[in-house]
Amino acid sequence: MVWQVLEGLSRESAKRLRFVPGIVCIDEGAACGLSPEARAKALAEMKLILQTVGFPWHVVALEEVFDLPPSVLRCFAQEPVGTEGAYKAAVDSFLQQQHVLGAEGAGDSPSLAQGEEQLSWPCTQDPQNPQSPDRPPTAAQTEALSRLFDSVKTLTAKEELLQALRTHLILHVARTHGYSKVMTGDSCTRLAIKLMTSLALGRGAFLAWDTGFSDERHGDVVVVRPMREHTLKEVAFYNHLFAVPSVFTPALDTKAPEKASIHRLMEAFMLRLQDQFPSTVSTVYRTSEKLVKAPRDGCAAGPPGPRCLLCMCALDIDTADSATAFGAQTPLHLSQTQPPTPPPTAPCCSAGMGRVQGCCGGARPCEREDPRARVIEQLCYGCRVNMKDLPSLDPLPPYILAEARLRSQSCFPRACIEQQIQEYLVEDSDDEAQTGES
Amino acid sequence: MPAPQCATCHKARAALRRPRSGRALCGACFCAAFEAEVLHTVVAGRLLPSGAVVAVGASGGKDSTVLAHVLQVLAPRLGISLRLVAVDEGIGGYRDAALAAVRRQAARWELPLTVVAYADLFGGWTMDAVARSTAGSGRSRACCTFCGVLRRRALEEGARLVGATHIVTGHNADDMAETVLMNFLRGDAARLARGGGLGSPGEGGALPRCRPLQLASQKEVVLYAHFRRLDYFSEECVYAPEAFRGHARHLLKLLEAARPSAVLDLVHSAERLALAPAARPPAPGACSRCGALASRALCQACALLDGLNRGRPRLAIGKGRRGLDEAGPPRDGEPERAPAPDAVPAF
Repeated sequence: MVWQVLEGLSRESAKRLRFVPGIVCIDEGAACGLSPEARAKALAEMKLILQTVGFPWHVVALEEVFDLPPSVLRCFAQEPVGTEGAYKAAVDSFLQQQHVLGAEGAGDSPSLAQGEEQLSWPCTQDPQNPQSPDRPPTAAQTEALSRLFDSVKTLTAKEELLQALRTHLILHVARTHGYSKVMTGDSCTRLAIKLMTSLALGRGAFLAWDTGFSDERHGDVVVVRPMREHTLKEVAFYNHLFAVPSVFTPALDTKAPEKASIHRLMEAFMLRLQDQFPSTVSTVYRTSEKLVKAPRDGCAAGPPGPRCLLCMCALDIDTADSATAFGAQTPLHLSQTQPPTPPPTAPCCSAGMGRVQGCCGGARPCEREDPRARVIEQLCYGCRVNMKDLPSLDPLPPYILAEARLRSQSCFPRACIEQQIQEYLVEDSDDEAQTGES
Repeated sequence: MPAPQCATCHKARAALRRPRSGRALCGACFCAAFEAEVLHTVVAGRLLPSGAVVAVGASGGKDSTVLAHVLQVLAPRLGISLRLVAVDEGIGGYRDAALAAVRRQAARWELPLTVVAYADLFGGWTMDAVARSTAGSGRSRACCTFCGVLRRRALEEGARLVGATHIVTGHNADDMAETVLMNFLRGDAARLARGGGLGSPGEGGALPRCRPLQLASQKEVVLYAHFRRLDYFSEECVYAPEAFRGHARHLLKLLEAARPSAVLDLVHSAERLALAPAARPPAPGACSRCGALASRALCQACALLDGLNRGRPRLAIGKGRRGLDEAGPPRDGEPERAPAPDAVPAF
């Protein structure tokens, strides 16, 4: 994509692109468990390419996630476009994917997580390129990051967490440097796989945002996907024919077995099916074009509801008359068995936490002070299921927890009222009554 | 290590762990919980009002057996009466055995049973005949396409015969998840837009249909049948291996292994899909030949039969139903009727 942008900006092109691009690379070596030498090597290669390209570039290590402010998770209104509005480009690991594919053919390649980039933190700044002063991440941060990723139990949840953190970081960099658009290099194939994966993860409501051309859920920064019509094969051929340099770096799921995560599974399945039915990817892609960014008719048409803490989409958890009310309550129920000491006095608390039939739809827990419950209820369905694989919320970067605390203080007055009447409700001991620990 | 206690009654020894929540329950408590959940689904969705005459689509398989049993248990509470309707598609070596199972069940539960056969309803076309007709070189036989459409018509006819007001089928959560995956892979935006709810309310003269077992996972259905010692027919249809749904089913099994809640996540996603208005099917009208619910001039069943009768079985399959009476003069391009090869497995 960078090469295409380069060409588009050159004087000879017929329709010249009119924006000022910059490049952002994120070093995820710590999350993938790479040694510092491997990271340094990959970053050196990356720097070489970036210097040839000539755009201003920013190198950010994923560890800086621990320094983000909570405002990253808030959605700002879009600023009016000024004459000096600079469009900016963020490049993904597209280059790396092409390198990999060029080497192995468009088959079952070890997939790199989308948007993953590897960089080394530069010790000396390139004087020609204006950059924010990058300091190498401290060992403590690296360790905190690896602790976070080690504490996640499944590869699926790890990948989702990585994507969320990466998005937040890119957003932060874009906002700090005044960029109003972020371009990612997702191809048709990758988007089709991402669509099916999101379906399987319970993010059916947000497919249009996750895989559409433009994604405006962050407000002032818009994520666009200009490469979404090119299949991976086309990109591989392009890179090969025009000698586009690329860097390969291992991702979170490189060399992982096929059944390790939903992402891997879906990718292998789609590519296999594509062999048998050659129109699979384009069919799925075309279906994705028919998705709209509206809630399903009948659902909330009023004021915009609360947004998910991690993915910033409007929450899609309904009340008890949703068909998956049982399923939605189950993760809530499981997470509520986490707190070690159930509150001593409230009598109906333990019964109320169970699979209540037709009772208060969200089964509001009495322990409003429990930080885990507080965070969980601000997440959308997909993020909640992911959080199940995270036994404790402590290793999460502080900005997430801070924002959760902030939101829960202002946004849920109804829960406080319910808490007051909890102790006067007669215990509902149906056949679903259960104790605090199962 | 001794077996854990049942988490609900704390008296009996636990006999199973529920796949979804991992709780240990004894047999009786599990069955009670299962029935309670089905009851909740029906009541919360207001699917079967009191006084309804409910036609249960019974195939003899585990889903419809469990459905019929649970509805029978719940019938007094819901105030409904049940009729069994079985469809005979004319698949040799498979359907006869299944029908025998249905007859045994009807006798055991003392429910009236009606059998409707494709051969009677659709002018002599059994599924075996359809398979012979569509067997061409290189292309799939598309048996499930025919069978699915025709079976729904047959069910509707059977339900009308017994004077039913509602139709219920035994689709479980796994079926719904497979359907969503399959429709995405095939790019069937119209079906994606239509599906995802709890059944159709019965527009334009068609009987309202619903799926009370929609939130129960397949594993739980099997466990319930085991604990209630239900007798059902468990082989798969002869034409199943060629179906596209097999891919979706395989994918679902893999997904479930990677993440146990995948089935429920898929159902959740399916409910919340937002498709563009242009992709949704047009408002339903009536078929010009048989008067059934149809979104075009001819309902799909009539269109398929038309194609079969004309010797061009694929006429109504796929986009652009050219050649039907509804859309101008017939065009070439459809494979002519293939000479009947020995495609049907000998029994």
